[in-house]
Amino acid sequence: MTMNREFLINSILAIALITVPLIALGMDEPFIITLATKVAIFAMAGVGLNLVLGYGGLVSFGHAAFFGIGGYAAGILASHALNYEPIMESPFLIEGTTQMIVIWIVALVVSALVALVIGAITLRTSGVYFIMITLAFAQMIYYFAISWPAYGGEDGLSIYVRNGFPGINTLDPISFFALCAVMLAIAMVFSAVLIRSRFGLALQGARQNAQRMTAVGIAPFRIRLVAFVISAMITALAGALYADLNRFVSPTMLSWHMSGEIMVFVILGGVGRLFGPLAGAALYIILEHLLGGVWEFWQLPLGVLLLLVVLFARGGLVGVLAGERKHV
Amino acid sequence: MSDAILSLSDVTKQFGSLLASDSVTLDLRAGEIHALIGPNGAGKSTLIKQIAGEIKSDRGDIHFNGQNINALDAVARSRMGLARTFQVSSLMPEFSVLQNVMLARQSVSGKVFRFFKPVLGDKSLVDPAMAQLERVGLADRAQMRAADISHGERRQLEMAVALALEPKAFLLDEPMAGMGPEGSKRLTGFLDGLRGQAPILLVEHDMDAVFALADRISVLVYGRIIATGTVDEIRGNDDVKRAYLGEEA
Repeated sequence: MTMNREFLINSILAIALITVPLIALGMDEPFIITLATKVAIFAMAGVGLNLVLGYGGLVSFGHAAFFGIGGYAAGILASHALNYEPIMESPFLIEGTTQMIVIWIVALVVSALVALVIGAITLRTSGVYFIMITLAFAQMIYYFAISWPAYGGEDGLSIYVRNGFPGINTLDPISFFALCAVMLAIAMVFSAVLIRSRFGLALQGARQNAQRMTAVGIAPFRIRLVAFVISAMITALAGALYADLNRFVSPTMLSWHMSGEIMVFVILGGVGRLFGPLAGAALYIILEHLLGGVWEFWQLPLGVLLLLVVLFARGGLVGVLAGERKHV
Repeated sequence: MSDAILSLSDVTKQFGSLLASDSVTLDLRAGEIHALIGPNGAGKSTLIKQIAGEIKSDRGDIHFNGQNINALDAVARSRMGLARTFQVSSLMPEFSVLQNVMLARQSVSGKVFRFFKPVLGDKSLVDPAMAQLERVGLADRAQMRAADISHGERRQLEMAVALALEPKAFLLDEPMAGMGPEGSKRLTGFLDGLRGQAPILLVEHDMDAVFALADRISVLVYGRIIATGTVDEIRGNDDVKRAYLGEEA
């Protein structure tokens, strides 16, 4: 029964994400389309984090690093292309690009490599130490971005024209929303398939009982490292989209506030629930714009809500609405 | 010595001033149940952890299947065929009973990094896992959460997971712990038939079970083996009576 209810909740969330911007299109409210796009992108960043946080039980407080890496991949490549400055000329020529597909590939590769290094070090720790070391790595990258004048330093980097995607006018809000929604859907389907696979079973096993994993001959470290890398790649892809949404990337995307926000999406929506990040991101954006419009301390009720969720509703919004699960 | 599957020589572990295991020499031969008994705090569980690779020994050698495994970690030792159960059930509480066993099968298959095929439809995992659950009598609990089954059933599940690893030797750390007399009796019968599959190093406090099952018994007191022998030899040993059995009786 609970499975059916969760399916129903998920369907409502998915339908709402698609219909709200369509209605906004009809009412000629492009700002609402932009908000929905933001929800889709944040949800995707959360889907990435949820893989390690929700299914792997690893509280990464450094996912802004990957979100920002994706953002800077878009910003740096686009700025070189728009300014007609090659990134390097010798030993061979590398030029910038305004093609999202190329940017995404770069974002995926760079974030995977960085996550491999960060993960290989941080995953040797656990608990509070893991939280603090992931935070420390993200802050290192943040300060690096701030003090790197070539790409705007603290001021960030503007993308004058949104990057392109074959066959789509990305400057059109609803088209760009559709692109982001499709990317979110791909990330969620991928994530759903992953957690039902052998790898997913091992990842969830490692969360529950590392001692038992070791005793059956599966090393939790390798499982977690692969999950950490995949998780970072999904979040980086969201970051690339976010830079294109704002046509701007700055160190803010790399800061610990951002890590915290992504974590809030996941916890608010439901840790270890497929649609948790979407529910969380939607609730966050709705609160920000309903309450934020009338009250500058809108984050106070958000904080109270978060506290309530952590204390009384470990399954987050989706958990409250859909009920507890029988087993994973 | 030639038919020893597992042999320990001079295995020692010191925690501060406490000698948890003191020059332990012991072997586990093919087809036998070798019981390890001793008073509480004698270092039985520590020794199991040293054999399983969870604690590094200070000194001594452990050979398994003719290979020195000193340098191997717990994961590698498990993969070599050393399956252990825990004194306090150590399971995946949120997994179903079946999933707990499937994870072990996944390890045996050597294919953990498979990302796309749904695991619950994978007959190459489900069928052998179900077979082990049937062996221990848990088949009707397959879909329940491990957290929701009874204590005795969790002990059975521990056994099913160990069996699913198709080990070359079992390390059983108090498998009867907390079981009622009925359950202990059933498990005793089950273990009796298991020695043909792989030898068992059995740590157990239930003396009825030990005397009924053991081909040989080693007595551990303060980390040191004071006697090894058949049931009758141990029953007749004065040192053992004084150090252990006498105190209990």
